[in-house]
Amino acid sequence: MQFECPLPQADHDRVQIAHGAGGRLSRELMATVFMPALNNPVLAELDDQARLILPPGRVAFTTDTYVITPLFFPGGNIGELAVHGTVNDLAVGGAVPRFLSAGFVLEEGFPLADLQLIVSSLGQAAAKAGVSVVTGDTKVVQKGQCDGVFINTSGIGEIREGIDVSCRHLQPGDRLILSGTLADHGIAVLCAREGLSMQMSVESDSASLNAMISAVLEVFPGIHAMRDPTRGGAAATLNELASASGVGIVLEEEAIPVHPEVRGACELLGIDPLTVANEGKVIIAVPSNGADAVLDALRRDVHGKNAAVIGEAVGDHPGVVVMRTAYGSRRVVEMPLGEQLPRIC
Amino acid sequence: MKYIDEYRNPDLVRLLLEQIDNAVSRPWTIMEICGGQTHAIVRHGLDQLLPSSIRLVHGPGCPVCVTPLEMIDRAHTIAAMPGVIFTTFGDMLRVPGSHQDFFSVRSRGADVRFVFSPLEALQIARDNPRHEVVFLAVGFETTAPGNAMAIKQAATEGLGNFSALSSQVLVPPAMRAILSSPDNLVQGFLAAGHVCTITGLCDYFPVAETYGVPIVPAGFEPVDLLNAVLKVVEMLEAGETGVVNAYERVVSRDGNAGALRVMDDVFEIADRTWRGIGVIARSGLRIREKYAAFDAERKFDVGHIEPKESSLCMSGDVLRGILQPEACPAFGKQCTPLSPLGAPMVSGEGACAAYYRYQRAWGA
Amino acid sequence: MCLAIPGKLIAISQEHGLKMGSVDISGSVTRACLEYVPDIQVGQYTIVHAGFALKIIDEAEAAESMQVWNELLRAEAEERSARERR
Repeated sequence: MQFECPLPQADHDRVQIAHGAGGRLSRELMATVFMPALNNPVLAELDDQARLILPPGRVAFTTDTYVITPLFFPGGNIGELAVHGTVNDLAVGGAVPRFLSAGFVLEEGFPLADLQLIVSSLGQAAAKAGVSVVTGDTKVVQKGQCDGVFINTSGIGEIREGIDVSCRHLQPGDRLILSGTLADHGIAVLCAREGLSMQMSVESDSASLNAMISAVLEVFPGIHAMRDPTRGGAAATLNELASASGVGIVLEEEAIPVHPEVRGACELLGIDPLTVANEGKVIIAVPSNGADAVLDALRRDVHGKNAAVIGEAVGDHPGVVVMRTAYGSRRVVEMPLGEQLPRIC
Repeated sequence: MKYIDEYRNPDLVRLLLEQIDNAVSRPWTIMEICGGQTHAIVRHGLDQLLPSSIRLVHGPGCPVCVTPLEMIDRAHTIAAMPGVIFTTFGDMLRVPGSHQDFFSVRSRGADVRFVFSPLEALQIARDNPRHEVVFLAVGFETTAPGNAMAIKQAATEGLGNFSALSSQVLVPPAMRAILSSPDNLVQGFLAAGHVCTITGLCDYFPVAETYGVPIVPAGFEPVDLLNAVLKVVEMLEAGETGVVNAYERVVSRDGNAGALRVMDDVFEIADRTWRGIGVIARSGLRIREKYAAFDAERKFDVGHIEPKESSLCMSGDVLRGILQPEACPAFGKQCTPLSPLGAPMVSGEGACAAYYRYQRAWGA
Repeated sequence: MCLAIPGKLIAISQEHGLKMGSVDISGSVTRACLEYVPDIQVGQYTIVHAGFALKIIDEAEAAESMQVWNELLRAEAEERSARERR
């Protein structure tokens, strides 16, 4: 006996299983939600693959999956985050981001109006960053099998001639520069969590940094390493850099920029701002003779106006990150073990 | 940040360090019993700045570290029961029980949520009338008033689906237990400033007198902590004993009467097991009979619990200040923050975790 | 235990029969139960632990102690410049 899925009730407000099935509803979703937001000649061909021409040379390729909750948070939503994160991952490798793919997993029952907002944000973020979403996919899972929306974006970029950045390239003497205030994103998202009853005016710093990074590489192509301190915060990134390069890192506590409101929230929750996620910041390791130029270039950009030198790489204690306090004492900045949770102790 | 930044002033820190240096003439061992103070000392590296003749020892001041294994296992068992929403402070989520931690309980389908306040847990109970909402009430006397208020409020509102699992402990009995141990090395105490904010100082005078030690309630910022160390050192050098308040902007002799009243209404004093130390008489708080309906220990039958402690873990000696963490044979080998054998290596301000971090900066 | 942070009370309200307040900590605002500081007024400082205000900060006492320290620092600075002048 053959069972056929009966024609779904016309519930025009919400995502249904059929939206992911490849049939009429899928095409309707494509036409009404995705194409208007993401339209470009390659995507408009609606083929099973995007066919691209890349200039000769090295290519950077990255992927990331976004499962953040809440989907809408102060300063952004999952749609734009899905662009910023992947664009930044390419940019910190010295690549010019060009093309993105976007794969969506939608939960049955998810409000279409919210999906519209998310995809529209994604499209706007892509346009602003100068990238095209050239291919994508949408699947729908039963209610309860995902948290509203999951998005995967993969990105391709062209690595500039003469740029060779890597987490293994830090040398003792390199200055470590942070492009702005720490912990804005993670704390904004945490405070938006119901029940925590905390309010802040600081929002997520979610942003595409490729233009800013381009400007930096223009003035000083000899950067050794760049990384964006997302999950695990600056602590994770700095530990990764120290380990990969086999150098020690010493940070100056007084030099690390943190917004006063974020600082207050971190003190109250007992969270170290160094361990909190950022979505619009970059850490740059640069030989000392390039530090001033890089700092200037960052500060001229709206996303880098609070840039500061926060420390340096050293030959001592390889692989270990140490914080120097205002009093001259030291503590180790550990690789965060997992989720940073508010504590009462 | 007002009332924080002034107490982190590097010039004042330097001034106090000089005064301590001038005051000290021989070695002294001073203990703080407060996880928050341990954390502050490590965060600001204060023990590195003090003269080497002063040994600052971290006592059993971390409620995470001293919650008995049996209680943690009980909490995990209740959390795994169907229909239960289990709520806890974030500190407890990673603490291993005999077989698992809350993350592994959650990964098997349990609804475990961290809360910042017991009032959040109450709200979850209001929002989920068909679920049993259990709150893990750990803490010292600082946290007990809030926990008490939540239970009292649940009773007032008739929130029959809310209950608390009480694992609360008191500081003065722990001090007595440490001081009366034959191998005790502690000569003076920094008392927990926020505990004293609630309880006042009355319980500490008899301890100071009986055991002949200085006890100085201390705050949590570098200036507060060093000021307190200075006062302890001055008293030790002069052979003085007693209680001297170094946190006067919030600690008063009588404490917070309203908080003590509500605590007394909801809780009664009971014997408690301290993980790694053993039973200390009259050192904990148990929910009174009149609030039995809100006591998760009475409400949920967890069957027989057989706690399995690591035979290698020497946290008891560490918590009493007798053993330095790095002297434990398992330290850094079988026992690391990633694979902890006992609570002092798990908790952010456990003594063993603190030493582990410090050591890594300078090599073994 | 004891992570309790000082902040300024900026508003008072009632929730479920409990006296509640909004406490400003360096610009971020948290809700705290004020039942244990029944006499607190807007504008006063308190310490907040796990969602509860525990005590009104004695600002006069704090100012007094801080003044003593600041005077010591001032005296020290004067002595240092006197030495430098010699």
